[in-house]
Amino acid sequence: MTEAILTLESVTKSFAGVHALTHGALELRAGEVTALIGENGAGKSTLVKILTGVYRPDGGTIRLRGQPVAVTSAAHARSLGITAIHQEAVVFDDLTVAENIFIEDRPRTRLGAVDWALMATRSRAILKELESDLDPTTPMRQLSVAQKHLVQIARALSVDARVVIMDEPTAALSHREIEDLLAIVRRLRAEGRAILFISHKFDEIEAIADSYAVFRDGAAVGAGRLAQTSRDELVALMVGRPVGQVFPKTEAKIGPPVLEAQGLTRLPEFEGIDFTLRRGEILGIYGLVGSGRSEMARAIFGVSQLGAGHLLLDGQAVRFAHPGQAIKAGIAYVPEDRQSQGAVLTLPIFQNVTLARLGHYAKAGFLSGRKERKTASILAQAMQLKAASLDQNVEELSGGNQQKVVIAKWLATDPKVLILDEPTKGIDVGSKAAVHRFMGALVRQGLAILMISSELPEVMGMADRILVMRRGRSVGLFERATATPETIIRAATDA
Amino acid sequence: MRLHKIDRDVGLFVITLLLLGGVALKFPDFITPRSLADLLDDTAILVLLALGQMLVLLTRAVDLSVAANLALTGMLVALLNQAHPGWGVLPVVILSPLIGALLGAFNGVLVWKLKIPSIVVTLGTLSVYRGAVYVASGGAWVNSNQMSESFLGFIRTQMLGLTVLSWLAVVGVILFALALRLSVTGRNFYAAGGNPGAATYAGIDVGWMQFLAFTASGAIAGLAGYLWVSRFAVAYTDVAQGFELQVIAACVIGGVSISGGVGTVAGVVLGALFLGIIKNALPLVGVSPFWQMAISGLVITIAVILNARGDHSSPRRILEEARP
Repeated sequence: MTEAILTLESVTKSFAGVHALTHGALELRAGEVTALIGENGAGKSTLVKILTGVYRPDGGTIRLRGQPVAVTSAAHARSLGITAIHQEAVVFDDLTVAENIFIEDRPRTRLGAVDWALMATRSRAILKELESDLDPTTPMRQLSVAQKHLVQIARALSVDARVVIMDEPTAALSHREIEDLLAIVRRLRAEGRAILFISHKFDEIEAIADSYAVFRDGAAVGAGRLAQTSRDELVALMVGRPVGQVFPKTEAKIGPPVLEAQGLTRLPEFEGIDFTLRRGEILGIYGLVGSGRSEMARAIFGVSQLGAGHLLLDGQAVRFAHPGQAIKAGIAYVPEDRQSQGAVLTLPIFQNVTLARLGHYAKAGFLSGRKERKTASILAQAMQLKAASLDQNVEELSGGNQQKVVIAKWLATDPKVLILDEPTKGIDVGSKAAVHRFMGALVRQGLAILMISSELPEVMGMADRILVMRRGRSVGLFERATATPETIIRAATDA
Repeated sequence: MRLHKIDRDVGLFVITLLLLGGVALKFPDFITPRSLADLLDDTAILVLLALGQMLVLLTRAVDLSVAANLALTGMLVALLNQAHPGWGVLPVVILSPLIGALLGAFNGVLVWKLKIPSIVVTLGTLSVYRGAVYVASGGAWVNSNQMSESFLGFIRTQMLGLTVLSWLAVVGVILFALALRLSVTGRNFYAAGGNPGAATYAGIDVGWMQFLAFTASGAIAGLAGYLWVSRFAVAYTDVAQGFELQVIAACVIGGVSISGGVGTVAGVVLGALFLGIIKNALPLVGVSPFWQMAISGLVITIAVILNARGDHSSPRRILEEARP
C-alpha cells in the first residue's frame, strides 16, 4: 500500500449548534480512488468544503504528507494541491475554455500582461492529455455539462493537483459521458494522484474505486478496501442504527383517500408518479437529491405546472394554477428552503403565522390584530415555540423556532393535506422532536401528511408507507411493517 | 409592532427635533407656527411622493420615473387648464392621478409581466416621460398668467391654519398608515418584498403586488404633477428634474430598506421632513448653495450606512451558514 497523501483525524464542524460533522476521518493515498459514500446529510459536502478551504473545521487535524495543515481559503487549498470538481460545474460561462482552465493563475508575459498565446498552447496540451480536441477559444456557454466537467478537470491538471475531489461528477451526465469520465479518472490515478470520488451509484463506485469511506450522521463509520467488501456491507454501514433518536410514532386511524395522484408528470423533473394519501396517514417520500421529490410537491401545490397526470382531492379532479388556489382547496406546503421560501424574517411572528390565509382575519378589508394574535398564540403554544413575544420579528428566532413558525403558518390555513418538505433539515434535536410529536398529533386529528425527507431514520420512524423515488420515477412503495433500511436504500440508489 | 423599528423612528424623530432646535437657537423665527406651516407646505409634495416610493421599495423595486411622471402629468393638466380655463380645478384634480396611474401602471406591467428589473424599466420610462413633456408642449412653457384662478388658488386655500396642499399630505399620510397597518393588501406589500419566495408559497402574487405599488406611486406622482405646477405657477420640460433622488433619499433616511419588506409611514414622513428642514435651514444659517447639496448627500449616505447595518441581523446569516 502506498503512503497516505491526505489524512483527516476526527475533524468536527457545527453550524449554529447543529452538528454537521462529528467525526470526520479519511485517508487518501497516491494512485488510489477512494469512494466517499453516505446518505444526504451524512456530512460529505461539509467535508469537501473543509478540504477546499470554504469552511474552517472546529476541531481535528488535517495532515498533508504527514504534516498538519490548516486550509485557510480556496486559493490556499489549490496552492496545497487540493482541488475539487463539483456536481454542478462551477465555471464562468462568459469566458473561454482557456480562461476557465487558467482562471486562478494566468500565464504572464515579461511585461505582466496576460500571455494569451501561451495560455492557448498550454490549454491545448492539457486538453490533449485528456484526449479532448476542444478548442481553447470556445466560449464556455457553448459546452455541454460533460465538457464543462472536463474543463474543471483540466483546471485541476493546470495546477498539478495531487488531491482531486470529485463531488458526484456523474450526476448530470449520460451513460456514454460517464464512461469517458471514468476513463479520465483512471488516467489521473495512473499518474499517482489521490482521488476522492463521491457518488451514490454503486456500479460506478465498483467500477472505479479502490477503497471506500462511509459517513453517517456526520461521522466516519467505516473504511476499507472495496475488493473485500460487498454491497450489502456498504449499505448496512450507510444505514446503521438510528442512535439516540426515538420517533414518537403514534397510531392514527387511517381513513378514506384524501389526495390521489395518477401519473403525475413534468418532464424532465418527474414522470408517472402514482400514490394515494389517506386521512390520518403519513406518506413518506424518500429519494436522493435530484430524484424529483420536491419538484413533484411544487407541481402539486401549483408553484409550477403539471405536464400530465391527474390529481384528485376528496375524489374531485383538481389542478392549481397558483399556490393561492391550492391553499383554498385545503393543501398546505412547508417548503424545503426555509431561507428563501419559509418565513418573512422582517415581519413579526404573528404576521407570519397568518400570512397564508390573511383574508380570514379581515372584515371588509381591515385586519383584526386581536384575531391574528389569538390564532398565533394558540399555534405557538401547540408548537412549543420559544419566543419572548409574538411581536418579535422572526429573524430574532433560532432556526428551529423559525421552522416552527413556518409550520404554524401552514396549519393556520386549516389544511386537509400537509406537505412537509424536509421538515427537520438542519434544525436542532429538541426542535426536531417537537416537530415529530406535533406531526403525530396532527394525523390523529385526521390530517393527511405527505412527508418528503432525505433522513432515512425519520422516514422509517414517522411514515406509514414510504414511496421511494429515483431520477424522477417511482421505484417502490413500502409498507411500514415490511420496510427495512436496506430495501429502501437499495431502491433509492441502484445498489 | 416591530419594536426596534419604532425605536428607529423615535431616534429619527429626536434627531429631527434636535435639528429644529439647533436652528431655532440662532433663528427663533424658524419655529414660529407660521414658518412651521410654511415648512410643511414646502415639504408636502416630497412627503406624498415618498409615500408612493415607499410602496415600491417595500416590494423590492424602485421607481426612478416619479419626477418625469410628475412633469408630464403636470404639463398635461396645465395645457388642459390653459385650453379650458372655464372648467375649473375639479377635472384637473381627478385627471392628474388617473394619468399618473396610467404611466405608473405601464412601469408595473413591464416589471410584473416581462420581469424586467424595475431600475431598468423606470430608467427607460424616466426618459420617455420626460421626452413626452417636450412633445406635448412643443418646448413651450405654461406660465402663471395662462393658468386659471382656481387652478392656482385651490392648493393655497387655507383651512384651519394649513394650506390644502399641506392637508393633502396629512390625509395621504393617514390613509397610508391605516392601509399598511390594517389592510390585507398593505400586509402583502411587506410580505412580497420581505421574502418573495415565502410570499409566493403563501399565495401572494409578488408581481401583482409590484404592479399595484407602481400604479399607486404613479397616481401620486400624477397628482403631485398638478400640485407642483400649481405651487410654482409654471410648467415646462425640466420641472422637478432629478427630484426622484430626493424622494428615494427621504425613504432611505426614513428607514425604508432598499432590499424590500421594511419601512414605516412614520419613518418616511420624518425622512421627508428632515430633508425639508435641511433645505430650508441651511440658507438661513448661511451655508452656501454649493455646500447644501454636499451636506444633503452626506446625510443620505450616513442613513444608507446605518440602514445597511440594521438590515442584516445575525440570525439570517446564521441560517445561511446552517445549510451545509
